[in-house]
Amino acid sequence: MTSLATPTRTITYREAMREAMSDAMRNDPRVFLMGEDVGRYGGCYAVSKGLLEEFGPDRIRDTPLSEAAFVGAGIGAALAGMRPIVEVMTVNFSLLALDQIVNTAALYSHMSGGQFNVPVVIRMTTGAGRQLGAQHSHSLEVWYAHVPGLRVVTPAMVEDARWMLPTALEDPDPVIIFEHAALYNSEGDLPEDGAPVDLDRAVVRRLGSDVGLITYGGSLPKTLAAATELAEEGISAQVLDLRSLRPLDTEAILATAASTHRIVIVDEGWKTAGISAEIAASIAEGAIWELDAPIRRVCSQEVPMPYARHMEEAALPQAAGIVAAARELVGR
Amino acid sequence: MSDSHHLELLRQMLRVRRFEERCAQLYQAEKIRGFLHLYIGEEAVAVGVIGSLQPDDAVVATYREHGHALARGMDPGAVMAEMYGKMEGCSRGRGGSMHLFDASMRFYGGNAIVGGGLPLAVGVALADRLRDRPGVTAVFFGEGAVAEGEFHESMNLAALWNLPVLFCCENNLYAMGTALERSESQTRLTLKAASYEMPAWEVDGMDVLAVEDSARKAIESVRSGGGPHFLELQTFRFRAHSMFDPELYRSKEEVEVWKERDPIELYKSRLITDGGLTEDELAAMERGVAEEIEAAVAFAEAGTWEPVEELTRFVYSEVVPS
Repeated sequence: MTSLATPTRTITYREAMREAMSDAMRNDPRVFLMGEDVGRYGGCYAVSKGLLEEFGPDRIRDTPLSEAAFVGAGIGAALAGMRPIVEVMTVNFSLLALDQIVNTAALYSHMSGGQFNVPVVIRMTTGAGRQLGAQHSHSLEVWYAHVPGLRVVTPAMVEDARWMLPTALEDPDPVIIFEHAALYNSEGDLPEDGAPVDLDRAVVRRLGSDVGLITYGGSLPKTLAAATELAEEGISAQVLDLRSLRPLDTEAILATAASTHRIVIVDEGWKTAGISAEIAASIAEGAIWELDAPIRRVCSQEVPMPYARHMEEAALPQAAGIVAAARELVGR
Repeated sequence: MSDSHHLELLRQMLRVRRFEERCAQLYQAEKIRGFLHLYIGEEAVAVGVIGSLQPDDAVVATYREHGHALARGMDPGAVMAEMYGKMEGCSRGRGGSMHLFDASMRFYGGNAIVGGGLPLAVGVALADRLRDRPGVTAVFFGEGAVAEGEFHESMNLAALWNLPVLFCCENNLYAMGTALERSESQTRLTLKAASYEMPAWEVDGMDVLAVEDSARKAIESVRSGGGPHFLELQTFRFRAHSMFDPELYRSKEEVEVWKERDPIELYKSRLITDGGLTEDELAAMERGVAEEIEAAVAFAEAGTWEPVEELTRFVYSEVVPS
């Protein structure tokens, strides 16, 4: 990916996302941002900090705490020719806008026989790990991934944080971008000659041959850490970053299954009816004879997220659990 | 009272009435399936408001929207074919009675989630404002929607941002089977609008001229930057909520009392008394309407079924990004 010849700069995930938004607004007058505290406050996670000063209150639009209304307004504005970026503070609050996303954004193209399309981009944070308690720690991206008509992407690296947004804004259909809150401070090297990236292909982040670790979003750093630890024990782990949950890159999933013959799926969502179940079913349907061992899933425990640190850590997937699952599959 | 505009108001109401009477027959004949919500009794509302809009304006409607679609000028053949589920329908047979669409007329659909169209209307109006377009967005909803959070959120947002939205509350007194006084602690609906600092008027929704007069004033004010307005259009649905409703929640007497204020009969009498409308002229108008509707039925009958191979088309857009 990043070759030595390409100049890079170190940037945080948060800065990459901010740069993506300001760049989009400079390039296209139809693009505007709206959401709770995106303007004067600078964004709950400071992603939009400074944008109000550059673009003004018409394009960096603070909204009341009315998720259904402002998400719906973003959908309506998209229907009427704008390219809105709607920031929902967190996936937890997006449940108040579920009607608009599922009953309007996802359906209007098909239900109108292709007359209407909804080019809205909805960004929201997701995930746990910061002791915020049960109501601020959901990982419900699979709820949205369930729905035909939506695209669901989960940038985990700074390159995707920087370059998924322009592609999402070009897309004629609703795209939901899930940003795991634990990633905002993560740093990476961003090539200076970057360009918009696709929204539907998984990417192998680490090549390996003994076991395939399939994950996305906030679980990617933990999974990469687990792969490093496994390498020290002589176990070669491949890490597949899904990047998109809808569409799911089944081809890449099957290829990882075919090349490693052992699969561990890592997902911060719950196991029951989660994206991990969908991935496992895809492998069962398309590559079961390639497997040398049962599929393992490392997911959140089936409990509401507790506040106390040790309890929250116990509830979430951790590198140690991923390592243990991989070891078991290779018989060590 | 006898000029072409006044006659046209009657003709439009008749079109909606006769179209829906035909729909009810076609439902019995099983040509139309699914849910069918008739607007009979409420015609003056759609005709009076939508007739006062310009082509650049936008309409967001509910699942009881045949009248709105026809008043907006959508082709009755395409609407009827949609009810048949035919590919020549205005939504390709994908939507049915509750989901009529016409992008060319800025008709943003039949939304079948009560309250669901309001945020969308706010967004359409926001887009028009941001793009410096003169459009007014008229959004229709029943009084039942007033109990929804989306109603209050949308009213607040539209008022806060001074957006060109005309909120048209069709108060027919029953949210399916729930009477207004059984669902609202405050039944004066205009007071809810007043709490958002929004001009709001109660309008006799059975009087097409009263509807038109209020709509024109409100639309002019909205268009000239006066911010969103709210019309409570007091009306009544003469038929059941849908074709599956035995109407256990209201008395026949109540329905009969309202039928005495049938918007079409009221207006017809006025045109005859004050405008010199003759029986012959009326009969000719009825004939013209009947011909149009039979042509729509014939169009729907002659329509074709979308090939099953196209099932997955338009889940994602085929629009080329600009």
